[in-house]
Amino acid sequence: MSERLDVRKTYKLLIDGAFPRSESGRTYEVVDAHGAFVANVARASRKDVRDAVRAARAAQPRWWGASAYNRGQVLYRWAEMADARSHELAEQVAAAEGLSAADARASVGRAVDRLVWYAGWTDKVTQVFGGANPVAGPFFNFSLPVPSGVVAVLAPRDSSLEGFVDVVAAPLCVGNAVIALASATRPLPAVLLGEMSATADVPGGVVNVLTGSLEELAPVLASHEDVDGIDLEGALGATGDLAAVAAASIKRVLRPGHGGAEAPLRRLRAFVETSTVWHTVGQ
Amino acid sequence: MSTTTLPTTGAQVRLGPGAGVPTVETEGQLRSILASLSGVDAVGAEARAARLATRSIKRATKWAALDLAISMVDLTTLEGADTLGRVSSLCAKARRPDPRDPSIPSVAAVCLYPDLVAHARERLEGSTVKVAAVATAFPSGRASLAVKLADVRDALDAGADEIDMVIDRGAFLSGRLGQVFDEVVAVKSICGDAHLKVILETGELVTLDNVRRASWLAMLGGADFIKTSTGKVGVSATPTVALVMLEAARDFAESTGRLVGVKVAGGIRRSKDALRYLVIVNETAGSAWLTPDLFRFGASSLLNDLLAQRLMQRRGVYVRPDEFSGD
Repeated sequence: MSERLDVRKTYKLLIDGAFPRSESGRTYEVVDAHGAFVANVARASRKDVRDAVRAARAAQPRWWGASAYNRGQVLYRWAEMADARSHELAEQVAAAEGLSAADARASVGRAVDRLVWYAGWTDKVTQVFGGANPVAGPFFNFSLPVPSGVVAVLAPRDSSLEGFVDVVAAPLCVGNAVIALASATRPLPAVLLGEMSATADVPGGVVNVLTGSLEELAPVLASHEDVDGIDLEGALGATGDLAAVAAASIKRVLRPGHGGAEAPLRRLRAFVETSTVWHTVGQ
Repeated sequence: MSTTTLPTTGAQVRLGPGAGVPTVETEGQLRSILASLSGVDAVGAEARAARLATRSIKRATKWAALDLAISMVDLTTLEGADTLGRVSSLCAKARRPDPRDPSIPSVAAVCLYPDLVAHARERLEGSTVKVAAVATAFPSGRASLAVKLADVRDALDAGADEIDMVIDRGAFLSGRLGQVFDEVVAVKSICGDAHLKVILETGELVTLDNVRRASWLAMLGGADFIKTSTGKVGVSATPTVALVMLEAARDFAESTGRLVGVKVAGGIRRSKDALRYLVIVNETAGSAWLTPDLFRFGASSLLNDLLAQRLMQRRGVYVRPDEFSGD
């Protein structure tokens, strides 16, 4: 029997539940922590951003329209998929971050656990962030958390999987659709996790993963008027400029925080609006 | 009402450069003209349409093309749920597609069912926007000629400037070309000054050869426009079909001297598609067709995408789709 040829993988974008190459046809080389070639990855253009935003906008109402319980199940299934393929993820995390195999496995384990944690939050957000307000009249008055809508996230540069799960799952679990720009230098674990979302019943367009240059794509995401919020976690030195650009279209902007135990809660709250509803008291 | 049917035999008709529009008096003459058309190379037509779609359009040209495309839109609503209110807002949008920017041209026409024409006419008073009505038992065309003519008269009496008629695809496909031709002639004869657009419903014609023959049949019958589709069947306008119809219009103009317009309708939602059609128009029929008098887009959501694209070109950022009113 002859020797098998390598089946080389080209890492593509995730837009609208499909895995297209960049509209521009461009790719770039990703190297591991030691500078060795790992793979060619799609280099998204502003038109890919446009397509992703369009897909996210179209998908978001159905995602938010699903029951919180169902959203939790979908996120949990995503964690199941990631757990089943944790080997593959660990390999890429180890290459990207220069970790030992054991450390990489531990990191993937934490990322999967974090996804499960967010899955659990979907049906608790309303209880925790919402409430019944006292009013002087025969009415109920409720404050209900509703998603901002379409949220762009700039994933952290260094934490290729754990950090990515945080910035993506938090806005997702409260009902937003997400366009994530993966770390430019360490994108592969994020791309893999994106691929797993497609087998986890995450509806097409709810999670979109772009790879490419931060300098090129972040301003397009920040300025796009149909994006309702942006998480600047991975913006590096451009935070101020991007926040200024985002202000022109009145986006919610989440600036990089200081980590710590409250960081995930801060994220959960970041892309939620409060809707106030009056209701008559029943007979 | 009695209708004349073409005799099946008669003298051959001459067709050639400068011959004028031939008078077709018999079904035999019609058949001989249609039989003289060469077949369409379907693979070649597909390939050419695909190649033209890759033409790059420079920025200044794109700006001009977006405005041109807006001026070519037949803003359409053809729903059973149409209301007078909806027609009113459609007309307002047709006059002034984006109220904030008066430099944007009006669209070419609004396209409606006949019973809504009078209301639209009133709403469009004093504007350049025409009122087009789909008549002749749109979209199926399954009614007697008497009913179809009554439908057309109804629309004309209400003030329609343009009539979009459908051909009887069943008759065409079963070879009763004379009957199809008769209907076009009959409708044209009562149209008077109103422009007649003949909808071929190319999605149901099966082959590109049929598209070419049907185009010629309609043009010989007196159509001012030939139109791809009703938008009510699965397959609507495609670049390839548009290419074939534009070739037919060009060939017809060369041999008869009469310019017939082309309208693509159904499924055109993006500015990029519209610009690609304009490239096909320019490269196939020629720049003479780049006017709302000879080329139209039948569409509804396309207009907002053209406006969004236009605004995006000026602002330099992607804009919200809800920046513009729905129709």
